[in-house]
Amino acid sequence: MTSRSLSDLPPVGVIGSGNFGTTVANLLARHRNVFLYVRDEKTIDHILQKREIRGHKLNKHITPINDLAELARQCDIIFPIVPSAHFRAMMKKLSPYLHPYHVLIHGSKGLDITLPKGQTLETVTKLSRTQVKTMSEVIREESVVVRVGCLAGPNLSKELSARQPAATVIASPFNEVISIGKRLLRSDRFQVYGNNELIGVELAGVLKNIIAIAAGALNGMGYGENARGLLISRGVVEIIHLGRALGGKTKAFLGVAGIGDLVATCNSPLSRNFQVGYKLAQGMKPQEVFESMDEVAEGVNTVRIMKKCADFYKVRAPITSTLYKVLFEDVTVKEALDYLMRYPLNIDIDFID
Amino acid sequence: MEVIEKKNKNKRYKPILDKIPDWPVYQLSKNRKEFIEDVAEHAFKRIKEMRPTRKQLVDELEATVYREQQRMKRNRWRVDPPDESKFWAKVKEDLIELTARPLDDNATERKEDEILKRIVQRYAGEIAGNFKPSSYRFAREIIQFWFARLLNATRVKKFGAIFRNQYTLRDKIQIVGKVKQLRNLAKKGTIVMVPTHSSNLDSILIGWVIHALGLPAFIYGAGLNLFNIKIIAYFMNSLGAYKVDRRKKNLPYLETLKMYSGLAIEKGAHSLFFPGGTRSRSGNIEKMLKLGLLSTATEAQRNIYLKTPEGQEPRKIFVVPVTLNYHFVLEAPELIDDYLSIKGQDRYLPEDDKYGSVQLIQFLFKFFTKGSNISVSIGRGLDIMGNYVDEEGNSLDAQGRIIDTRDYFLSNGQITIDKQREDEYTRMLSQRIVAEYHKIHRTFASHLVAFVAFEMWQKQHPKLDLFGLLRLPEEELSLDYPEFRKTCKRVRKQIYNLKKEGKANHATHLKGKIDLVIKHGLENVGNFHLKRPLLMDKKGNIITKDLNTLYFYHNRLVGYDLEKFI
Repeated sequence: MTSRSLSDLPPVGVIGSGNFGTTVANLLARHRNVFLYVRDEKTIDHILQKREIRGHKLNKHITPINDLAELARQCDIIFPIVPSAHFRAMMKKLSPYLHPYHVLIHGSKGLDITLPKGQTLETVTKLSRTQVKTMSEVIREESVVVRVGCLAGPNLSKELSARQPAATVIASPFNEVISIGKRLLRSDRFQVYGNNELIGVELAGVLKNIIAIAAGALNGMGYGENARGLLISRGVVEIIHLGRALGGKTKAFLGVAGIGDLVATCNSPLSRNFQVGYKLAQGMKPQEVFESMDEVAEGVNTVRIMKKCADFYKVRAPITSTLYKVLFEDVTVKEALDYLMRYPLNIDIDFID
Repeated sequence: MEVIEKKNKNKRYKPILDKIPDWPVYQLSKNRKEFIEDVAEHAFKRIKEMRPTRKQLVDELEATVYREQQRMKRNRWRVDPPDESKFWAKVKEDLIELTARPLDDNATERKEDEILKRIVQRYAGEIAGNFKPSSYRFAREIIQFWFARLLNATRVKKFGAIFRNQYTLRDKIQIVGKVKQLRNLAKKGTIVMVPTHSSNLDSILIGWVIHALGLPAFIYGAGLNLFNIKIIAYFMNSLGAYKVDRRKKNLPYLETLKMYSGLAIEKGAHSLFFPGGTRSRSGNIEKMLKLGLLSTATEAQRNIYLKTPEGQEPRKIFVVPVTLNYHFVLEAPELIDDYLSIKGQDRYLPEDDKYGSVQLIQFLFKFFTKGSNISVSIGRGLDIMGNYVDEEGNSLDAQGRIIDTRDYFLSNGQITIDKQREDEYTRMLSQRIVAEYHKIHRTFASHLVAFVAFEMWQKQHPKLDLFGLLRLPEEELSLDYPEFRKTCKRVRKQIYNLKKEGKANHATHLKGKIDLVIKHGLENVGNFHLKRPLLMDKKGNIITKDLNTLYFYHNRLVGYDLEKFI
């Protein structure tokens, strides 16, 4: 598409200027004018002067903006890409400006937790689906938007920025949303698949973070490819069991957003989740690990949440519950691994008839 | 002392439209012929879109003929028109001729189209209702008059009581919930009422309710099997019913049926259908709804937005969930039998009804002589997306902000027709309706005792699955009253809690002393069945004479997560 016709088409909005948010904005800017929501004025000035943010060059079709009302007025199609911990708050702010004609495709891989009064994530013993929500469910709860989708898959920002070949999944119950996503993101280096199992795809993106921590831990122990092969294949089984308990369908976990993303994350030493596992295996205490990182890895929270969900739904999740012990109950990685290797589970696959 | 319902306000509602000629349903039946033509034409177009190639169309036609002939061979009903075998034989003949002696392309295609048109027209004629003001009035009077007589004769046990007006049907049947809103909305837009369905009597009951609320007659989708029973057929016809034949599952029939419903709604006829499809066999509150007819409401709303000229207010469609709450269901033993045999082993379920006119009269007699009330809960109005609407008919979001329903059909600022999107919308609406059912369904004492007793027996036999449990001899089942009483109290507490959270509702009689509530429940639970599902023996223990039927009544409270309070 040439830049001449760009101005004729309605612009697209992106909320969130983190790594993935800016990467998505750049991908979109090949096809459309993009409004990128940035929270503070200073960053906007910085972008306007330097056309970059945290080392990401910004396409010239991207306009930074810090007014959500204006963003919603200009753009029928919006990509919210903010960390899951801030997602609901962001939606509450955006919601008054949204109408049923808006289409929201989010790119956040995490879960939203609503706890009963006086409880914290540490004190609550069990969690069920009434408390644990995916981002699309948060969108539905907080706004009138129904045409919701998500972006998921092995999309490491760095590789995407370098125009390496990659693929993503747009998941939505609406074919309309999937085709919008394809139209806006597809390029000769970026393949886009569609999937109707929104909840499953979202869960796949969340649950793989657990396995990524475990992959880091194996790496930190100095183990090689056999171990990783074992972890990934058993990881898939565990993800599927947990995912189904939370309402996902098996199909969603076997595709690009499931196995594709899992393999990519388990092989990327730079990811935060992998780092957590690695450092723990190197003998750091969990508290030191958390303090050593500027942002909390999503995976740590995911472990905490999923352990409690597994207890509620009575799902066997040995990797998750062992990691929980390592992260929060002073068990060392070595002890955890010994335990897992003795775990009496020897059926390979039990989720396909 | 008997636990009685809070006295009904027994309010009479004025009709919202005075004269029958103003009623949309009358307008439809006055132009019956044109309307049928209209339906047939639209259905024809739709089927052609769905089967775009000629090969596909011919396959569809052949399949239709085959199925129809199978149906006539296997499962003929009294209501079936006598000329139908001739009709289908002719269609078959024409189809064979077409394949045997190919005409030139154009002529063949014309011939295929003609055959499809013929079929669709026939179906449209079969489906179409025939509302007649005179027989509507007559039927209405009959129901009013005789029901009142019967009630007074049986309740007031004095000579001459038959001529009293102390009791009316309103005392027997309670209407609760958002009545005022419903009446308001019926003036502002088109109502699509979606009640739960457990008994063949529902159709008549709801017809009476609609009249009692002062609303114009609705058009109904009523199962054709009901028309086998002459008395019911008479009432149905006069109340504006159209016929739904569940034996016919072929594409031309289903599309014609949907078109009929959709166009009628689009033209502003208040409509009613049972979205559960058939009577709830298990006794559960409907969990899965049939999306076919429901989708016609979505489609009609979209068409209204599409066709309403600028500057004119588009007519809005309001979906109103209604639950019919009974202490007893006439057909319960048969329904649960059906359900269990299907669940137990996958076998075909024949739709034959064992109830004729005689049973119906017997039932009515029992209904009036025994003190068992029915309550009808009217839910809050929804738009076709399942958003609540206010008194003015505005759709509201969770924060109470007004939503423009038209926006749901917009892409890029334009109203677009997207079948897949609308299917998804319909699915979302159906989930909302199910949630509303659970919210407005009124738990009766009889539901409570049935639920608690069955669950307690299940708990006593943890190793048995459902079928194992049901096979236990009834004589072996007995519950100590004190334990039963305690459990009832616990479960009732939770129902109170659910009501506070807005997730359930209960009848007034559920409150008060638990012993009285239990007594009321035991007296009423399925009290018309030959074998009582639950009663107290001479020693004061709780026993059953028919566990299957008890299971049926128990199921009404499944889906509220009450099991863990047993």
